[in-house]
Amino acid sequence: MLPLAGLLIRAPWSTLPQRLTEPGVLAALRLSLLTATLATALCLLAGVPLAWLLARTTFPGRRLVRALVTVPLVLPPVVGGVALLLVFGRRGLLGGWLDATLGVTLPFTTAGVVLAEAFVAMPFLVISVEGALRAADARYEEAAATLGAGRWTAFRRVTLPLIAPGVAAGAVLCWARALGEFGATITFAGNFPGRTQTMPLAVYLALEQDLDAAIVLSLVLLAVSVLILAGLRDRWLGTS
Amino acid sequence: MTLDAHLVVRRPGFTLDVPLRAEPGEVVALLGPNGAGKTTALRALAGLIALDDGYVRLHDRTLDDPAARLFIAPEQRRIGVVFQDYLLFPHLSAVDNVAFGPRCRGLSRAESRRRADDLLTRVGLAEHAGKKPRQLSGGQAQRVALARALATEPELLLLDEPLAALDARTRLDTRAHLRTHLGAHAGPAVLVTHDPLDAMMLADRLVIVEDGRVVQTGDAATITSRPRTDYVARLVGLNLYRGHAEGIRVQVGGGFTLTTATPHTGDVFVAFPPAAVALYAVRPEGSPRNTWQATVTAVARHGDALRIELTGPVAVAADVTPAAAVQLGLEPGREVWAALKATEATAYPA
Amino acid sequence: MRTRLPAALAAVLIAAGCSAQAAAGDEKVTVLAAASLTGSFDRIGELFEKANPGTDVVFSYGGSTGLAQQITAGAPADVFAAASPATMTTVTDAGDGGTPVTFARNQLVIAVPKGNPEGITSLAALAKPGVKVAMCAAQVPCGAAAQKALSAAGVALKPVTEEQDVRAALAKVKLGEVDAALVYRTDARAAAADVAGVEFPESASAINDYPIVALTKAPNRSGADAFVAFVQTPQAQQVLADAGFQRP
Repeated sequence: MLPLAGLLIRAPWSTLPQRLTEPGVLAALRLSLLTATLATALCLLAGVPLAWLLARTTFPGRRLVRALVTVPLVLPPVVGGVALLLVFGRRGLLGGWLDATLGVTLPFTTAGVVLAEAFVAMPFLVISVEGALRAADARYEEAAATLGAGRWTAFRRVTLPLIAPGVAAGAVLCWARALGEFGATITFAGNFPGRTQTMPLAVYLALEQDLDAAIVLSLVLLAVSVLILAGLRDRWLGTS
Repeated sequence: MTLDAHLVVRRPGFTLDVPLRAEPGEVVALLGPNGAGKTTALRALAGLIALDDGYVRLHDRTLDDPAARLFIAPEQRRIGVVFQDYLLFPHLSAVDNVAFGPRCRGLSRAESRRRADDLLTRVGLAEHAGKKPRQLSGGQAQRVALARALATEPELLLLDEPLAALDARTRLDTRAHLRTHLGAHAGPAVLVTHDPLDAMMLADRLVIVEDGRVVQTGDAATITSRPRTDYVARLVGLNLYRGHAEGIRVQVGGGFTLTTATPHTGDVFVAFPPAAVALYAVRPEGSPRNTWQATVTAVARHGDALRIELTGPVAVAADVTPAAAVQLGLEPGREVWAALKATEATAYPA
Repeated sequence: MRTRLPAALAAVLIAAGCSAQAAAGDEKVTVLAAASLTGSFDRIGELFEKANPGTDVVFSYGGSTGLAQQITAGAPADVFAAASPATMTTVTDAGDGGTPVTFARNQLVIAVPKGNPEGITSLAALAKPGVKVAMCAAQVPCGAAAQKALSAAGVALKPVTEEQDVRAALAKVKLGEVDAALVYRTDARAAAADVAGVEFPESASAINDYPIVALTKAPNRSGADAFVAFVQTPQAQQVLADAGFQRP
């Protein structure tokens, strides 16, 4: 809480309106919100099935997979960015192939930002959802099966609604982590205003030159995220 | 539409091996103590666990046959299950719970809804259709679970301890209600319970399972009059001994002989109700053919009477009136004489 | 027995006194230096310690701007060596340093992967379509210098990324993610195993001065002055020249 108070006290309130309307600020904010949301969507698409596999099935190497899922939590994000470059970069394991066959390059693109954020934020979602799945009674899925529901139907119509609070909590954590992502993003996607420069990158670069600008950007990021998280909490998590 | 199964499931330290057959319209109760394997048997029938050996055939379709590497997934079997704690989907209303099955079986939303409404009406819950499971009473939840199982028009109906979660009063009503619906079900039904009363009231035939094996099978009358294991004897409230008969005299072990009304030869069971045992302070003279000295080990209320547990040449339970108990000074350690009329002791081949 | 106890006590006291004296004689000079000085200053530190026995030089390397902020926030340090006069100004303006001295200059080169597969020989070649270039962001000194050189050359360049420091830009070349990056000659030389540096004439218009200053609140003021003076000796200047710096 104290660092937050420090930011509020040092904020250049008199020049705030003028600083906020600078075009770079809005562009970075918009990009941050967009990429964090897309990264969360990506995490949901990939993370929920992964969590289901970890919680509901047994397969060889499951423990190893579970340990690997948490690796981005431990790894310094910059190293994560380098790892992503080694896979999706021009000379990466998949990057060259992607470029040659599909004409897709990820580094230095907005898609790259999304990928980097998703990589770093994924554990938050998988761990939340796996926990929710373990806490949910698997026999509801059995009941659904006896009523004629295949695995996918049972998951979609029974399990998912049961674990919805856990998924929502995971998604919120995931989104918040993606929003604040710096290291992997700047390493993998670089820094280009309007394309890959998210708020944390803008804050870091502003810090090189103008402390006041950095404080303003940080406050904007904080205010927006607090508003959104508080709103989501009331709507999704408050009732359950 | 006949169920024909031989259920073999092996687990560390436990093997279930239960042959089971149920004719169309027949209700078979699997009755046994906790841990006997009843629920395992039910889950194997539903396809929630696979057999290790044996087979499950329903009508002309084989559902599980490990030897032939054949296993039909539960969602492809037409089997309705009423689970012990119902497992109603907590996020769906009663009517949506019932409509779940028909929707999964490919019916349209409207048609599923219509069938669900119809079934809820049949179980007398039309006005509760919109309630979530947590808003329903235990008895209501049980009926919704039954309606949900019936909504898929199952060929086989399975019920796992359908009344166990209910209080005594609700249990009585729900049992009667369940009996009606089981009677209306055209296919076979298998009921799992540890309550002999539920089993006898709801089922046409009882299959007694102990420690993974069938120990006795028959209708309620046979089971109650001729138990074949201590467990069943306790369930139906009879004293039961196994022995060797020579005419009307049966050696039941320890050199003790019981005299019965009907002559037999060979291994037999002898059964008699506790009320048939009379207790005396001194050795009775005259009529009873069986008298022996015994020591009281326990005294407990049993309905209007007191049930006296006795040791002696054989362990036996006797029911006496409270007045008689006071008069005899029955308390643990008291030595008495027990007497049993030969006409009260039934012998039947083991 | 009676005489031996005081003797033992005395021995202990003498030993304690000796070690206290040795600690006092062990002078420590704390130097905050721009990251681009890392290799050269390590070597200069060794030479300084050899020339001044009993003196210990401790370095903390980082981005110049960050170091300047640490100093104005009160970090205990004796010497500050920055990668740009502008950064130095923030320290001297705050009254934390005296008059700085420029001790080295650095200029930009085009860093390309070893062997120069794209055949890049000029700034103009970077503007060709399909050539991916990494630059430093305009907020950091190497980015400001690059902007100056580009406008001197009249080249409009659209980089794929504006990195937060010169090492990050260089890393992108090493990883092969970009075809070229505008970096300091010293950085390109330090990465000579993977990277080649292409000199270009316009870099003369964007030469970066490295100022050094003894800090006002230096805990070891004499050591600070000695180190600042030592950096300007021919011995230290040779080390800097070997790393690719120019003499001021």
